[in-house]
Amino acid sequence: MRSVSIAPHRRWVLRLAFFGALLVAWEILGRAGIWPEYLFPPFSKVLAAIGHGFTDKSYPIGIGASLWRLVEGYLIALVAGLFIGMAMAEVRWLKDTVGLLVMGLQALPSICWLPLAILWFGLNERAILFVVVMGAVMSIAQSTEDGIRNTSPVYIKAARNLGAKGIRIYSAVIFPAALPSIVTGMKMGWAFAWRSLMAGELLYTLPGLGHLLNMGRELNDMSQVLAVIIVIVTIGLITDKIVFGAVEKRVRARWGLR
Amino acid sequence: MALNIELRGVSRRYDVRDKNVLDALDVTDLSIAAGEFICIVGPSGCGKSTLLNLIAGLDTPTTGEVLVGGKPVRGADPSRVLIFQDAALFPWLTAQSNVEFGLRMQGMPAKKRAEESSRLLDLVHLKGFERAYVHELSGGMRQRVAIARALAVNPAVLLMDEPFGALDAMTRDILHAELQDVWMRTRMTIVFVTHNVRESVVLGDRVLVMTRRPGRVVTDHAVEYKRPRRIEDENTARISRLISTELRERGAMDAQR
Repeated sequence: MRSVSIAPHRRWVLRLAFFGALLVAWEILGRAGIWPEYLFPPFSKVLAAIGHGFTDKSYPIGIGASLWRLVEGYLIALVAGLFIGMAMAEVRWLKDTVGLLVMGLQALPSICWLPLAILWFGLNERAILFVVVMGAVMSIAQSTEDGIRNTSPVYIKAARNLGAKGIRIYSAVIFPAALPSIVTGMKMGWAFAWRSLMAGELLYTLPGLGHLLNMGRELNDMSQVLAVIIVIVTIGLITDKIVFGAVEKRVRARWGLR
Repeated sequence: MALNIELRGVSRRYDVRDKNVLDALDVTDLSIAAGEFICIVGPSGCGKSTLLNLIAGLDTPTTGEVLVGGKPVRGADPSRVLIFQDAALFPWLTAQSNVEFGLRMQGMPAKKRAEESSRLLDLVHLKGFERAYVHELSGGMRQRVAIARALAVNPAVLLMDEPFGALDAMTRDILHAELQDVWMRTRMTIVFVTHNVRESVVLGDRVLVMTRRPGRVVTDHAVEYKRPRRIEDENTARISRLISTELRERGAMDAQR
């Protein structure tokens, strides 16, 4: 197989053409009347549903509620993940015990925690929060541990030699050295938390994007369902690629990594 | 201020696995005067780096004692700074922040630190590169920053572990001149490890030759011609020839053992 590189501006033309064609095809298929509109609405109907959702404030409220839950759970996961990661990196036997557990639990889609969370906390916000935290904490812990463990010993040697002691070795050398890896883990953790949150909100009625999605189903309103999906994709792309992607890129560039 | 270095019966062995031990450094006695520029040459694996780490206090001897300025070495201290072959600069800091690292650890205020780092970067001919990150600097520039970073904490002893080993010959020549210049101005004690015989002759007041397995110092050559010395000087070639011949004969002897 051979791949030919394309100039950046031509790539953008290609992308615009592709998505433009996709939307036009969608619109034509939707209007053709092959399927009933409540199963396959044209793009214009979905766009109208998005507009409507924003004017009647149901989307801003839903987005706000979901993002708030996400941020709350993510911050808890961040603090816990950093702490667990540092403990695993520093204490050999923790790596051999808790480290294995963390690795094992990473294989578990975090929505599987929901039944447990409901039994523990009841059908409330805390159950969802628990699922979000569990979604993010493992990858943050893992990448923190990786980053710290892979810190070149020569940096620590040099720092000690120049008079760094105790906690300063951590704050001035080990932590910055591990930062590129930690940021990658934070980005992954955010993506996992976002997915867990959407799954949790779908299974459980409270204000939020998952709830709006479910309401679309209950009202047989496919335009609403697709509209919310587009909103969810957009938010995911913005946070993942633009916010975290940019931070990751900056950190890696400054650290001189590719 | 420079300090003298005294090694008394120092040796270092590492437990490799189970009962296997690696004799990195055989029992060594060594005296280095305050303000002396000492070069140590020898093949790789002869314990040169071990010796530096022991003086720096980054490693502890299995037997014997290292004294610097008459006091036994206990752990790392900014009065004895080691410069590594790969410079070991912190890639997340600018050249200036790297130079200021030791001063920051001492709690020196930012303004005073900036004055110091600017003076030192000037000394190593890196004015204008204050804000550059490590990956933006060439190998020679990185070693200059490493030297400035070491000088910042005002060490009495500077330990250099093949610092120019990875540089091209032209850059190395320039840095030889600069290092001699720095040393003549500061007159600190320098212990410089290399496997490049000519380099050791250009830089050292004395050249110690080490052999391997277990590593030990076998001969001690005084180098006395006028500084600043250059790699192409007659004397450099003559003394290097002497030492190289010796190293080769020692190597042949080792091979027969």
